[in-house]
Amino acid sequence: MTAVAVTVTVLLAVAGGLTLARIIRGPSILDRAVATDVLLAIIVTAIAAEAAYSRDATALPVLVVLAVLGFVGSVSVARFAARRNTK
Amino acid sequence: MSLDAILDIVAAVCLISGALLSLAAGVALVRFPDLLTRMHAAAKPQVLGLLLVLVGCALRLRTGVDITTLVLVGVFQLATAPVAAHMVGRAAYPHDDIRTDLLLTDELAAHLDRVGGDQGEGARV
Repeated sequence: MTAVAVTVTVLLAVAGGLTLARIIRGPSILDRAVATDVLLAIIVTAIAAEAAYSRDATALPVLVVLAVLGFVGSVSVARFAARRNTK
Repeated sequence: MSLDAILDIVAAVCLISGALLSLAAGVALVRFPDLLTRMHAAAKPQVLGLLLVLVGCALRLRTGVDITTLVLVGVFQLATAPVAAHMVGRAAYPHDDIRTDLLLTDELAAHLDRVGGDQGEGARV
């Protein structure tokens, strides 16, 4: 199981780095919102993989909170961007 | 081979598949040309990748309370990811974020005047 944990960690770290590059480069705020959503999905994946590796369910409520947070953040950025652009 | 070992192997396959989908989305976010194609690639880890990882996690934990929490996370993600993607796409469509030369068909074009970045007239979002 340790080899699986190392593989998953490396894959998620590379994916997170590429996503951060897109958040930094933009170009629009909606691109950044989509990339932030992906980064949050990667974080949820990492927490779930850690819980699976250590057989420890302490972190599972965090996953529920993060799922709600991603939805609210993405929708509010979309509303803000629509209002700004139509003026 | 015991049942525990088999379940662990299935869980490992699920975890690695989910991580690979996340990596694919990261590569696509850097390489794809505009917002719609990036959103298309970004949905993979948010739905399929997350469900695979949650299945892998449930196969390792195997208790009723933990599986209920994981099902809750999965159902919530399935319900909210399309809504968020729809709102982002609707906010992006009338503006310059989308490369119309890459679209095969643009079915909304007849119904919605596309607005340039600076003029800002006639937008109905």
